[in-house]
Amino acid sequence: MNATDLDQLGQVEFKKLQKERASLERSTDLPTENMVLNFGPQHPATHGTLHIVLELDGERVVKATPHIGYLHTGFEKLGEHLSYNQFVTLSDRMNYLSPLCNNIGYVHAVEKLMDIEITSRCEHVRVALAELTRMADHLVSIGTAALDIGAFTAFLYGFRAREELYDLFEAVCGTRLTTSYTRVGGLLRDVPENFVEMAKNAVAESLKATDEIDKLLTHNRIWRDRTEGIGVLSGDDAIAYGATGPVLRASGVDWDVRKNAPYLGYETYDFEIPIGENGDVYDRYLVRMEEMNQSANIIRQALERLPSGPINSDSDHTVFPDKSEVYQSMESLIYHFKLNMDGHGPLPPVGEVYTSTEAPNGELGFYIVSDGSRAPYKVRVRPPSLLHFALFPKLIDGHMLSDVVSVLGSLNVIAGELDR
Amino acid sequence: MSEEEKITESEDTEPVVTESDSIHYIRAQFPDLIQEVSNTFGEETIVVSQVNLIKFMTFLRDDPSFLYNYLSDLTAIDRLNLDDTIRFAVVYQLYSHKFQRRLRVKIPVPEDQLHTESVVSIWPAADWLEREVYDMYGVIFDNHPDLRRILMPDDFESYPLRKDYPLHGKGERDNFVF
Repeated sequence: MNATDLDQLGQVEFKKLQKERASLERSTDLPTENMVLNFGPQHPATHGTLHIVLELDGERVVKATPHIGYLHTGFEKLGEHLSYNQFVTLSDRMNYLSPLCNNIGYVHAVEKLMDIEITSRCEHVRVALAELTRMADHLVSIGTAALDIGAFTAFLYGFRAREELYDLFEAVCGTRLTTSYTRVGGLLRDVPENFVEMAKNAVAESLKATDEIDKLLTHNRIWRDRTEGIGVLSGDDAIAYGATGPVLRASGVDWDVRKNAPYLGYETYDFEIPIGENGDVYDRYLVRMEEMNQSANIIRQALERLPSGPINSDSDHTVFPDKSEVYQSMESLIYHFKLNMDGHGPLPPVGEVYTSTEAPNGELGFYIVSDGSRAPYKVRVRPPSLLHFALFPKLIDGHMLSDVVSVLGSLNVIAGELDR
Repeated sequence: MSEEEKITESEDTEPVVTESDSIHYIRAQFPDLIQEVSNTFGEETIVVSQVNLIKFMTFLRDDPSFLYNYLSDLTAIDRLNLDDTIRFAVVYQLYSHKFQRRLRVKIPVPEDQLHTESVVSIWPAADWLEREVYDMYGVIFDNHPDLRRILMPDDFESYPLRKDYPLHGKGERDNFVF
């Protein structure tokens, strides 16, 4: 066959195809059916293990059904069998992006139950660490959200800065991820001597990273196309569905536990609460970015006025004595053992408390019921991720398949906290 | 009026009724409903009977002197070891954005009548929270749109957070079929 023959054959084929296509377009009763696609449980964008069953019409999501529980660890059940101080080690395994905030939130509830007043130094250190954790969390959540959409560089910049923050946590707590740094009435130990200097460096590095991420993403055409007008949540809906934290504030609701029900002396710090307008993925990103600047503000203030003095509360018999004391004096050794042995040591009053703190993801609540024994009768964690993920089917409704990762990244669902 | 305006506008407004007055106010609206009132650790708790639950919760959400528009948390307690006559209690942690005030509402749920009305129609946030309570304690929420297990597998038979469920389980792990 020569070239002209081939050409003619092609023409014929082409006309046939055209005809077929026209007849297809004419027929309206062509059977189509929705496709079911499993997203997860193992998927790079789930950041943990969660499962969404997506019903698709072409590329449009018709229905999303989340299935959770893959990381259910039974923390609440375990909590009923551990003493108040032992539960601290579980709390930081819940949200592994902001372990210190979980530690702080939990002991805050126990201190309210036991009526322990912490020292001023402890308060300042806790505030500084909580805000440093917030910066670390937001750097990762923005970085991974960008990574899922395809912006690899922002993710690397975020992680490089987080490394500095984690080095700081390692110097302070001895561990990077499972910090377990708080104790009821105080902290594991005082911060190292060069803490202020290290923290200032880490904050400066993080701010540099936010600046770089800002330059990369905020006015980036692709990033804005992928995030603006996606997963819109109105302010009224945000409240009704129990959204908190950046998700709530991006929808234009001015509510932050640090401002509206201050704890750890947050009322004495000068900072602002960033608020979005449209409640879409882009606004959640902007709110998180600005929150990092505000956190840096708070850290600076906390470090500037960090008072000297004891790190642990004065109320003996409820707080662990200093380790050096335990080795030196008999009294401290006795208290140390009494606090750790079954049937000894101080017991909390009978009663129940609910306290909430502002974790990077939103309101982290602890509801503790005490029957006066060594272990809590019930520990309930109010996880922000659970309520945010419950919003997912509503947010993704009618969007494209490619928006699934975009919306999921903006909610920053942490499976450990989601399933507990 | 959007939610944001409501909140900014109300920042300087004092609550219409004070803490103790609020109970009297509820009593006046719903006589015989409140079984117990307590205020420990600065947290107000009311125990109310299940009768008219939807009406009562809607009242708490919509009445201009309460406006508990945000359901902060919903959970249950198994009071098996607490010498209580009624075994379960469903606990609602309510918050009012307008008055920045919290209220804890408890609904006793007896063991032989493990039913209570779902509040999803009032606060959509209750959806997954009620599923979790059903999953962990076996309390059935009537009129819930989709009451399924949420954290445990669908074919799981026990209710793990009940006090008579052992910490190490009832052998489900060993007998699990892969």
